Amino acid sequence: MPTRAALQRILPRRGVAVSRETPGTWRRAGAAMASEPMLASGLLLLLLVGLFAMLGPLVINTELAQIGAAPPRQRPGAEHWLGTDVQGRDIFAALVLATPQTLKIGLFAGVMGLGLGCILGLLAGYFGGWTDTVVRTLADVVMTIPGIAVLVLVATNVRSMTVALMAVIVAGLAWMYPTRTIRAQTLSMRERPYVDIARLNGMGGLQLVFTEIFPNLLPYIAASFVTAVSSAMLATIGLEALGLGPQNEFTLGMMIFWAQYYGAILRNLWWWWLPPVAMMALIFIALLLTSTGMDRLVNRRLRVEA
Amino acid sequence: MTLLVAFLAITINFLIPRAMPGDPIEQQLSQLSATSGGNVGDIQAMVKAYRERFGLDKPLWRQYLNYLSDVARGDWGYSLTNYPERVSDVLRAGLPWTLALLGTATLLSFSIGTLLGGLLAWPGSSRWVHVLGVPVILLSAVPYFILGILLMFAFALSFPLLPVAGGYPFGFTPAWNWATVGYMALHAVLPAMSIILASIGTWAIAMRGMVISVRGEDYILLAEAKGLSARRVFLAYGLRNALLPQLTHLALTLSHIVSGAILVEVIFAYPGIGYRLYQAIHAKDYFVIQGIVLLLSVSIAFTMLLMDLLYPLIDPRIRPGRQNK
Repeated sequence: MPTRAALQRILPRRGVAVSRETPGTWRRAGAAMASEPMLASGLLLLLLVGLFAMLGPLVINTELAQIGAAPPRQRPGAEHWLGTDVQGRDIFAALVLATPQTLKIGLFAGVMGLGLGCILGLLAGYFGGWTDTVVRTLADVVMTIPGIAVLVLVATNVRSMTVALMAVIVAGLAWMYPTRTIRAQTLSMRERPYVDIARLNGMGGLQLVFTEIFPNLLPYIAASFVTAVSSAMLATIGLEALGLGPQNEFTLGMMIFWAQYYGAILRNLWWWWLPPVAMMALIFIALLLTSTGMDRLVNRRLRVEA
Repeated sequence: MTLLVAFLAITINFLIPRAMPGDPIEQQLSQLSATSGGNVGDIQAMVKAYRERFGLDKPLWRQYLNYLSDVARGDWGYSLTNYPERVSDVLRAGLPWTLALLGTATLLSFSIGTLLGGLLAWPGSSRWVHVLGVPVILLSAVPYFILGILLMFAFALSFPLLPVAGGYPFGFTPAWNWATVGYMALHAVLPAMSIILASIGTWAIAMRGMVISVRGEDYILLAEAKGLSARRVFLAYGLRNALLPQLTHLALTLSHIVSGAILVEVIFAYPGIGYRLYQAIHAKDYFVIQGIVLLLSVSIAFTMLLMDLLYPLIDPRIRPGRQNK
């Protein structure tokens, strides 16, 4: 019955229930979690990874991650939970050291890229004119040049790589996407009545951008933060797996690089490469769930408000 | 825009190595002499000779102009590790492998992902589609090469159905014949699978969003009211109209085809551009690294130009000169 199905489609869909009283922040957060299971499970997974990264080094003896600290090529067992590699490093201890480092690079590069993107996007969107033209062209051009190419070029020409330097390099290519998103949103915010009122009250320029427009963009900024962290981490791991990472420090990407370098996959030492691979897959899936859930939450709230 | 991108890419490629502390030639030579036991006096003379040979003793702007003209003439220098071999030869040897692998994988994952995304958004599609959708979308979060490691472990080591690595069997010389094509296809299955499985989800998510927005359009309502079959409405009215942004996305992805899966090639030792980049990084072969990086940027600028020229063929609305009639 085509007509009936069609009729059902044009019936207004039910939005989210908007409660009349304003409940407390925690209650509202709880309700948001309950309505977006994706966001809730993503955040839960991230929390678990974060706990592992923070508490792990306090509980586990990280000395075991040094070369020769344990007999080489041990299978997982009671002594070494995830076995040891060919150089006698305990895999579990290495994982405990590597996870916080990788998270640190991702967070740091994400914050820097997003911060730069926010400033550029706000300025371009609010002031328009040639500021906008310059920022937009710059973002478009840098976006087109493959990030991995520039990263490889910089990383090959650096004397010795460290975790901090890695974060800075990756952040240098993480600002374009936030810039574009924030710019587009600023453009639409600029025309809202409350901005006009602020302008009529004599507020102008930068003060207006940062006190009136910026706070209203926070939901978007939160959503693009997750994406920024995730892509920064992806770029980092890519560089590390190519052998351009910090050679003397533990990160998940370097663990994979060394495993690949010593042929762990071909020699069937699965306990060597599987833990970092699994940890990374877990982090990326958690970030995807979080960002998708956040996106849906933000968009739905906007739809209800409109 | 295309020219601006190409120009900027070449400039970055010129400036970054020169802005970094340390002299690659001196470094390279002192490393060579450390391994072969030369004395230090020779090195200083050699460095000077090499500087003159590569024009590094000239002022920066002359070097830049020289570099621009060299690049434009296709002279990208020599490989440092396999000396007589030119950088352009290295690129020419790797490019067909990469294009074959990435081209096939991208087109396959685009077709499957787009269809899946459309079905996910369409009311009345089978329950299996939704069951299938969840793992596919989760896989899209995982980097290609991680999936590659898992697939290699499963299908080349645990159950040795497919070759582990490489592009052809050991001791085989590739030539333009069917045997080569067969080996290439066999060795490309696992790398291609890891790209396809990891990218179907991205296509599906995008397509799902588009079909949902198309679903509420009046022409769908009209098509249903006319009593057309559900399949016809889905394919000819829903999918077709939602496809355009997907095609733009496809063109963009195709422009990243050379840089797309460097790490998959590394994991599978697949003899494309990515694996050669990895080898060059290990051997500190600066000119090959620079050449590959340049190729990545220029190929994107080039495909963007191609896309601009082809777009009117796909979308009749932006065909030039139409509004004049």
